Amino acid sequence: MSYSENIPQRTALHGKHLEAGGKMVDFAGWEMPIHYGSQLEEHHQVRNDAGMFDVSHMVVLDLKGKEIKVFLRHLLANDVDKLKQPGKALYSCMLNKTGGIIDDLIVYYLTDESYRMVINAACRDDDMAWMSRQMEAYDATMHERSDLAMIAVQGPNAREKTLSLLDTKTAEKVATLKPFFGTFAGENFFARTGYTGEDGFEIMLPNKKAAEFWEDLLQSGIQPTGLGARDTLRLEAGMNLYGTDMDTTTSPLVSGLNWTVAWQPDERNFIGRKALETEKETGIKHTFAGLVLEDRGVLRSHQKVMTASGEEGEVTSGTFSPTLKRAIALARVPATLKVGDHCSVEIRGKQLKATVVKPVFVRHGKSCLE
Amino acid sequence: MSEIREDLKYTPSHEWILDNGDGTVTIGITDHAQELLGDIVYVELPETEAEVGAEDTVGVVESVKAASDIYAPLAGTIVATNEALDDEPEMVNSEPYDGGWIYTLKIHSADDLDALLSADAYQKECEE
Repeated sequence: MSYSENIPQRTALHGKHLEAGGKMVDFAGWEMPIHYGSQLEEHHQVRNDAGMFDVSHMVVLDLKGKEIKVFLRHLLANDVDKLKQPGKALYSCMLNKTGGIIDDLIVYYLTDESYRMVINAACRDDDMAWMSRQMEAYDATMHERSDLAMIAVQGPNAREKTLSLLDTKTAEKVATLKPFFGTFAGENFFARTGYTGEDGFEIMLPNKKAAEFWEDLLQSGIQPTGLGARDTLRLEAGMNLYGTDMDTTTSPLVSGLNWTVAWQPDERNFIGRKALETEKETGIKHTFAGLVLEDRGVLRSHQKVMTASGEEGEVTSGTFSPTLKRAIALARVPATLKVGDHCSVEIRGKQLKATVVKPVFVRHGKSCLE
Repeated sequence: MSEIREDLKYTPSHEWILDNGDGTVTIGITDHAQELLGDIVYVELPETEAEVGAEDTVGVVESVKAASDIYAPLAGTIVATNEALDDEPEMVNSEPYDGGWIYTLKIHSADDLDALLSADAYQKECEE
């Protein structure tokens, strides 16, 4: 199947978005809602109560086979051998040979011969071509689950509201999920994961059942939330966005993702390992930081960052934080900049003052600053 | 459908202009423009006393999505800005023609106003 045609695809929830007044835009070849009226209200809804996102454009891959585990230990910079309990999820980068990031993804451990992976829609073709090529030498298979829709329900009340809709047996099972675990309930897969810094679920279910379930969620008071709020929520949570904060030309070491690289055991030769080791030996000149703008204005990607000594960096993604009511950003900055330091960001020719912070701004509805 | 007021003049870049009748005009962005921009989070106000030419960039409106320049529709001197927008930029969304006004310009010649779009002409511009 090829998605190179210019006509955007529609998810199983397309009609629901139109019913809710969604303003539809083309996103990675999909017609998706950017907002349903007010991006800010949708953002606050998720921080204060519960919101739901159609993330069916994301790609679900079922990976199976006798050598699937060995394969994944070679393919991914993080180590699936850390996953011992069924349903446990792992966040990882998939690197090229030069240590650049092909994609970031989540992989769920089901059994030693079965995993489920979720990759970015915009990376689908490249990822699948790369994985197929790498997989040739292994007894392993990859199956794309385009028959599944995915709904993310996020917010402090998201779990409770979702659980109230499930039959008793399913609800009992899903209620016991710990953070970063997933479980099957019939043909549905419930995972306690997300991209907002709030509690909640990501739910994969058959396309043909998606609209009905969306309607049930709506009836229980969960508001549809667009991709616009998804971006401000993830940025406040300090979560990277592929294609903006990192890509095939940047390694995890300069993208704030060192923590996702499993260096132990030494003998695990994952793709990109040698390049990362060389990068470490030569000295890493940039680091990934959070920025808070002290002056008035809005931080945006590609704005230039300057240190007091004249070294340069760049904002990789920025926004006005609806929760903190100030401009925040993720930035690739000179490694000499430390948390608490000041730097300047060039906005329309003016040098505005910013403070370096840890790249996490809001978690569970609360400010992480100070 | 966005609101277009009969008593105002307009530009193709979606500013509205109110003739105050005393040699000054008040300027903001239209209802249509604020809808396109989405939630507005910051307004960089023009500098008062600045001399500006027609179509000069004098300020910026930033929404959650993007930054958009504000242009001077006519040549003149900026005499006042709406400082309330520093604390409540969202007024540009909620009342673009009232509390969401952006600045006042002392214009060189009232004749210049004739070159601006009427409500009908602006309506047609938006429909294109």
